[in-house]
Order: sequence, then structure tokens, then C-alpha cells
Amino acid sequence: MVENALTSPSSPHRRPFSWGSPLTYGLALAIAAVSIAPVVYVIVGGFRTTPQIIADPAGLPDPWVWDNYARVLTRVDFWQQALNSAVIALGTTLAVVLLGVCAAFVLARYSFRGRETLYTFFTLGLLFPAGAAILPLYLMLRDLNLINSYYAVILPQVAFSLPLTIVILRPFLAAVPRELEDAAAIDGAGRLGFLWRVMLPLSRPALVTVGVLAFVASWNAFLLPLLVLGDADLHTLPLGVQNFSSQYTSDTAGILAFTSLAMLPALLFFTFAEKQIVGGLQGAVKG
Amino acid sequence: MTSTNPTLSPAGGASVPPAGPPATRRPSSRAAETRRKWYEIIGLTTPAVAVYVMFVLVPMGFAVYYSLFRWRGVGPPTEFVGFNNYILAFQDPIFLDALRNNAIIVFGSLLLQGPIALAVALLLNRRFRGRTVFRLLVFVPYVLAEVTVGIMWKLILTGGGTIDVLLRQIGLGSLVQAWLADLDIVIWTLLVVLTWKYVGFAIILLLAGLSNVPPELTEAAAIDGASWWQTQRHVTLPLLGPTIRIWMFLSMIGSLQVFDVIWVTSVPAVRSLGASATMATYMVDNGFFARLWGYGNAVAVILFVISFIAALLFQRFLLRRDIAGAVTGRRN
Repeated sequence: MVENALTSPSSPHRRPFSWGSPLTYGLALAIAAVSIAPVVYVIVGGFRTTPQIIADPAGLPDPWVWDNYARVLTRVDFWQQALNSAVIALGTTLAVVLLGVCAAFVLARYSFRGRETLYTFFTLGLLFPAGAAILPLYLMLRDLNLINSYYAVILPQVAFSLPLTIVILRPFLAAVPRELEDAAAIDGAGRLGFLWRVMLPLSRPALVTVGVLAFVASWNAFLLPLLVLGDADLHTLPLGVQNFSSQYTSDTAGILAFTSLAMLPALLFFTFAEKQIVGGLQGAVKG
Repeated sequence: MTSTNPTLSPAGGASVPPAGPPATRRPSSRAAETRRKWYEIIGLTTPAVAVYVMFVLVPMGFAVYYSLFRWRGVGPPTEFVGFNNYILAFQDPIFLDALRNNAIIVFGSLLLQGPIALAVALLLNRRFRGRTVFRLLVFVPYVLAEVTVGIMWKLILTGGGTIDVLLRQIGLGSLVQAWLADLDIVIWTLLVVLTWKYVGFAIILLLAGLSNVPPELTEAAAIDGASWWQTQRHVTLPLLGPTIRIWMFLSMIGSLQVFDVIWVTSVPAVRSLGASATMATYMVDNGFFARLWGYGNAVAVILFVISFIAALLFQRFLLRRDIAGAVTGRRN
């Protein structure tokens, strides 16, 4: 069934195993070009002036102008937004990993009545569209007087990241051999000591994976901050990008520069963490 | 998504029912041990359960409650209207447009992203120099914030913008459209942008799945004289089944609640005419910005119910065999 569904779309080449390397490179280059051309366009466009862009939207900078980037980097609100994004993303990540690993540890290493029910209870969260809960969430945060605070973003983000975190962490923690637990017990460590001294170091790759996923999701989040952070001093970078682009609609070059600088941290972060993400997901999608 | 998964209980030997096997230790220490275990279980899980219940489940409950009122969000809701908000939603042509757009995005994403991601993942799974760099480049769109992607494409697709100029330069000027303003075209433009943005996620998942395919299998096939393509088709692809179904599931749920890219990219006037609205943008437009809280919450509940039914059907027909295994990492 799977085969039938999947054969048609893939490339029709029937090549021997020693498939030509130039073809591989050609295809890979084409794919990479489609992926990053718009990004390169935005970054390079930031080095042009708006009149240049209007005169020739697809051209190269001539001459290269640093002014747009300098303008953005000297804006106080840009740095404030970067700081807000960092605080919220770090807070979310730390809380998700901490709460997630504790719950996943119990679900992986304790046997008790109701364990699978509890696990199902968490996995159900994968079905809850975060977007659907946004309006009542806003009302609830308003009643709790949390609107316009970091918590208004962090707490819901933690809650909505927990299901995936637990689903990814549980098999990792469960895969640690029972013998290690016994050995730790003989050495006098309780289960909590075992969690702290053995499990956490061993499951570092999985922890990094869920951490990175939570961080990137939080760093990029838009809808929740849009609704709960009315105060401009608390705005995160995605809100800043949106504000800037609607406030200075005619300053195309400035928008390009602002957008480039806002996406830089996520790009750098992901470059360092890509291996970890793929590695961590391997446990989650094991067939 | 229930999973009764015996392989996942490494501590399976530790008995739970008190009337279990004969105690090897004194009963009192046994009871103390059990009590301590429960303290640990409760202590470790309570924070996660509390946050999850408070910020995921409770709001959904409130959505159902608020949806039964006509309510502007000031003071407690008093004007009970029963299911009237739901009836109004299904009578609004803009909402029906949003439903249609969501359907286009769900099926369009699956049909475009699936084949592309499979082809790219198979290609990038081959061994060649610089493979890591290509992998990184392909993931770039997925890492970018939705807002960034939206503004980026808005600038590129704007009338007389880069795309239009490029098309004219290569002699395809007749194809130039009002990409984001033409009511008949905008949803398809957005589908392409969404595909560009999210296909990297499918590729990541598939590459992770591919790396779990034992190399011995493909080597054996090669020794038996199978071509690269035959190996992929008969050995690799069948093993990717669970990964593909997991991706389809996540893609479907994501497509149903898509908001950010649409919100940023589409022109508000075009959105308010329904051409580029989705359930989520419709919900936020009406519930939050127009302050029709009761009505907005009814839309939220509809969005949730549709997602839930879609998820259940998907699980029933496609995911049943491997959700427990594929999601939790253990199968068979």
C-alpha cells in the first residue's frame, strides 16, 4: 500500500547504484537554491537603497549600502525586542525541559497503576491545536492579571510544548538499561539519585533536541505574543518585524535589513543544533 | 493515541498491586517503599500535569462555555444564546471560505510536500561530499520565523516586485499575476509559500527515519543486483511507512490551525473577503480584534472539533498500526 502511494511522485530515473555524482550535485544545488534564494534576496536586499530596489527589484546592490543595517542596529527597540525574545525563549526552554524530563522519567521508569492513562493524557495534547485555545487563553491570562508579562507567553508555551517533549523523551529514558538502575541502587542511589546522576547525563542528546525545538518554537512564536503582549516594551522580535514593516511600509530596504537581522539568531542557533535535532528525532520516529 | 506498550516498562517487575508476590522484605518496609514511590511519582509529575491542565485543557473548557453566549468580553457572560454562534458561523460565507481554504491547505500540503520531501530526503541520504551543508540549507526555511517568511514573500510577491520582474526577464511576462491581491489566486500563492516554509520539516523527519534503516538491508539488496532506485522502492520506502504517516498526521493538524504566515502575508482586505482567510485568522479577526468573544470562541470550538475528528479518523484508518510504536519509538 505504501509503495503504491509513493512510487509515482518520486523521480522516474532507473539508474544503477553508482548513480552519477554530477547529477546528485546538480539536483542538490537546485534544491538548495530554491530553499535559500528568498533568504539571500532579503539579506542582500538590505544592502541596497529603496530607490534601487524599486528601480530594479531583482538586481544586486550597487553600491553596497550599510546604512540600513546600521539604522536597525542602533534602534533601542530592536535590542529590547531581542532581549525579550531571549528571556521568553530561555525561560520556556528551561521550564519545558525540566518539567518534561521529570514527567517522562516517571512514565519511563516507574510502573504504577494509571501510568498508560497518564501518558495518553499527555499525548492527547498533540491533538489540541494551540491556536484553538488562544482566545480563552487570553481571557484567562487577563483574569489572572498576567497580560503584559513574560509569564503570559512562557506558561502557555511550556504547556503546549510538554506533549511533544514527553513523547520524544520517554523512549530515550526507557531505553537506558535496567542494569544501570540496579547498579546505581547497589551504590546506594535512590531513584531520584539515579535520575540526576545517570539518566540526565545519558539522555543529554534527547534533552538538547527537545530544548532546541522548544527554543526555536518560542523564538518564532507570533500569535500568542501578539495577543498577550500589548505593551510595546515587551514585544518580541517577530512582533517587532511585523510592527516595523507595517509602520515603515515605504522603507523597503529598511524592512529587508530588519527582517535579516531578526532571522539571524535562529539561523545561527539551528546551524549549531541541526545534528542534535535529527539525532534526537531518530528515537521518536523509529519504525 | 492510547499505547499499552509492555516493552516500554523496564521497571515492569516492580509489583504495583499490594497483594502481589510473596514479600521478600518485611511488610512494613515494603509499604514504606511503595509510599515513597508514590511520593516520587506525584512529586515529579505534578508540575507538568498542573501546567498542562491549566493552560491547555482549562482554556478549551472555557472556550466551550463562552461559545454559548453573545459576549463582548466585558464582565461575566450573561446573554445565553445556546448554539446560535455556531449556526451563525456556518451561515457566514466568509467562514465557509475559510473552511474551504483550510481544506486546500491540508490536502495541498500533503500532496506537494510529501513527494518533494521524499525525493529530497532520498537524495540527501546518499553519501556524497558536502551532504551536511546541503542538509543545512534545505532546513533554513523551516527554522525561520513565520513572520519573517511572511514579510519576505510579501516583498517578493508584491506587484511589480522581484517575481514579476524575473518572469518578464525570462520571457514569461504573461504569467505575471496579482499574486497576493487576486481573490482567485491568493490561496494558491499562499499554498506555495507554506510548502516552501514547511517542506523542511518533512525532510528532517524523513532523514531521521532513513537513518534508522539498517544499512545491511540496502547493502544486501545491492549485492543481489538491485539498482539504487529498486533498493529505495522495495527496501527503504516500505520501512519509512510509520515516519511518513506521523508526518502526515502532524502536517494535517498544523494545516488546520495555520495562522502566522497567512496573517502576515495576505492583505487584510483580501482576507476579510474570505479569499485568504483560514479558520484561525477568521477566529482572531472576529474574536479578538472585533471583540466578538462568544462568536470567536464558537469558531475556536469548531476548529478544535474538526482537528479532533480529523485526528481520530486519521488514527483509525492510517495510524492505528504504528502510532504507539512510531511515536514512542518502540514497535513490535
